[in-house]
Amino acid sequence: MTRLSKAFPSDRAALVAFVTGGDPSAADTGAILDALVEGGADIIELGMPFTDPMADGPAIQAANIRSLNAGTKTADLLNIATAFRQRHPTVPLVLMGYANPMTIRGADWFADACVDAGVDGVICVDIPVEEDDSLGDSLRAKDVAVIRLATPTTDAARLPDILKNASGFLYYVSVAGITGLQQAAQASIQEAVTRLKAGTDLPVAVGFGVRTPEQAADIAHVADGVVVGSAIVEIIAEHGAGAPPHVKAYVKSLSDAIRSAR
Amino acid sequence: MWTESLPFAKRFAHMIKQDKLSNSFRNQPDDRGHFGQFGGRYVAETLMPLILDLEKHYRAAQADPAFAEEFDDLLEHYVGRPSPLYFAERLTDHVRKEAPEGKGAQIWFKRDELNHTGAHKINNCIGQILLAKRMGKTRIIAETGAGQHGVATATVCARFGLPCVIYMGAKDIERQQPNVFRMKLLGAEIVPVTSGAGTLKDAMNDGMRDWVANVEDTFYIIGTAAGPHPYPEMVRDFQSVIGKEAREQMLSRIGRLPDMLVAAIGGGSNAIGLFHPFLDDPDVEMLGIEAAGHGLDKQHAASLAGGKPGILHGNKTYLLQDEDGQIDEAHSISAGLDYPGIGPEHSWLKESGRVRYDSVTDTEALEAFQLLCSTEGIIPALEPSHAIAAVAREAVKMNKDQIILANLCGRGDKDIFTVAEALGTEI
Repeated sequence: MTRLSKAFPSDRAALVAFVTGGDPSAADTGAILDALVEGGADIIELGMPFTDPMADGPAIQAANIRSLNAGTKTADLLNIATAFRQRHPTVPLVLMGYANPMTIRGADWFADACVDAGVDGVICVDIPVEEDDSLGDSLRAKDVAVIRLATPTTDAARLPDILKNASGFLYYVSVAGITGLQQAAQASIQEAVTRLKAGTDLPVAVGFGVRTPEQAADIAHVADGVVVGSAIVEIIAEHGAGAPPHVKAYVKSLSDAIRSAR
Repeated sequence: MWTESLPFAKRFAHMIKQDKLSNSFRNQPDDRGHFGQFGGRYVAETLMPLILDLEKHYRAAQADPAFAEEFDDLLEHYVGRPSPLYFAERLTDHVRKEAPEGKGAQIWFKRDELNHTGAHKINNCIGQILLAKRMGKTRIIAETGAGQHGVATATVCARFGLPCVIYMGAKDIERQQPNVFRMKLLGAEIVPVTSGAGTLKDAMNDGMRDWVANVEDTFYIIGTAAGPHPYPEMVRDFQSVIGKEAREQMLSRIGRLPDMLVAAIGGGSNAIGLFHPFLDDPDVEMLGIEAAGHGLDKQHAASLAGGKPGILHGNKTYLLQDEDGQIDEAHSISAGLDYPGIGPEHSWLKESGRVRYDSVTDTEALEAFQLLCSTEGIIPALEPSHAIAAVAREAVKMNKDQIILANLCGRGDKDIFTVAEALGTEI
């Protein structure tokens, strides 16, 4: 069993927590990641900052800019991951970001860097299955999970292609849109998760627009995981370097709701 | 390999031999939308089914004579095509004064600045809005830098009665007020983009964000030959009317093809439109001109000269970026060239050696702008002013019986305020 597969307990949904690495600065990210774990997050998604985060809403766009303005480099991000792995040997860590920063030094370089930093999986927003050979082959060769996204526009004809070679978990983007703005109706989430689970044994985590413990609990009823990002990033925007206790309290409220959902 | 000492036709034969599979430079991209290692479909999963659907409808449109008929009809009677092919006699004379004995090529212009809306952008917008209509889309979005593509999009939306939302960088809105007002007159809603540096790149990001949130009813009219497949191919095909006409006009006017084609490149739609129909003519050399801004060692917009391959806005292509793949801000005096990337087919044409690429600075473009005003009575846009500067530079090296043809892809009315400011004149 990998760290990722162990992170999805059979009796409850897992909490997947996202923050942008280097926001408000590379030096502050470690304590924020620790707060996510202490609050009860099961999987950490560490966002790689990018100048042009096309799939992200205002909250995460601003986090990317704060991070880059603070001087965060790819090397800093990998150092953050390496240090996290040393402090938390069992908590899965996933890198999320855009194709260009991941592939600029070559896909093999990036796959090796993930292995060295103890990264368990990669979510690349703008490499669809059609361009998988730009990154996926290299990651799989090093046993780094290639975590695929499915969306409301993913039709039945496409789904098998997406599931083929997918690993870690399947990330269901519940809203056709950008991160952090609106949440999908519970009925549509339930229908989608049922459809996805019919095609795969991978755990299905649902994200985009999840803000409140109530919303998280609703999703936890029907999915294997709940992804929360923008709402945490907004807390970091408000409190900056002083964010960890606030992040921890918020994540704990989500975690408690998820743990009592089933 | 590229061997400068050989005549171009010989080098061309060598290039063709290297391209063994096809013997043509005109059959790109492949069925995945790749031009060699460039192009592709690097978009979020939400958009992927739409891109596939768009391609399906584009293939159906290509096979439907009624589509071509409507496109041609609108280009003729609404846009005003064919655009004239013009021998710039006084500019040629001027250049010959500076040239060594026997040198100084004849300078010709493809007059796409005479199109309705004042630039080549409208050719593509007509094609894409016909496709949008065919697909039953009811809302149009677009990004714009200088505002020329925004104006062209707003124009076709008014013509076809579709609501139009234009994303435009806040900084570009400031420097292109006349075009902003034009778009408003045409009924478009202008959304100022304040993310990033507030220029074309950021407007494109917000265009993609709108699209991903409005996938059912919205058609995104991309203005340049870039973006995810099939956009680079589609925009090229719609803009190829420029090169097709120029080829026919040259043959009928003087009975032969030009020796060299020149066009300015931001994303590269006017250049690929001119070049593509000539790519398999071994005697025609081609030169694409990027914006060198303040200079290639300072801030500029020359992705081929100063960038390296990367992935942005749905395609793999040359980009201005740092060692971590963070995209740099471009700079050019011309808002239409102020973009840190370039269409993927140009990246491929550069690597294959078929097209030569060079650059022209803000200062050189401003001089060429004034030169064309004074010698030919034509006020060019700042974008083709870059091409004109290169034409003057190349023509003096060519023989008098040779022909150099540049695309005058836009008129300069929109730029007079920028030029006045650069020249220190108060209007």
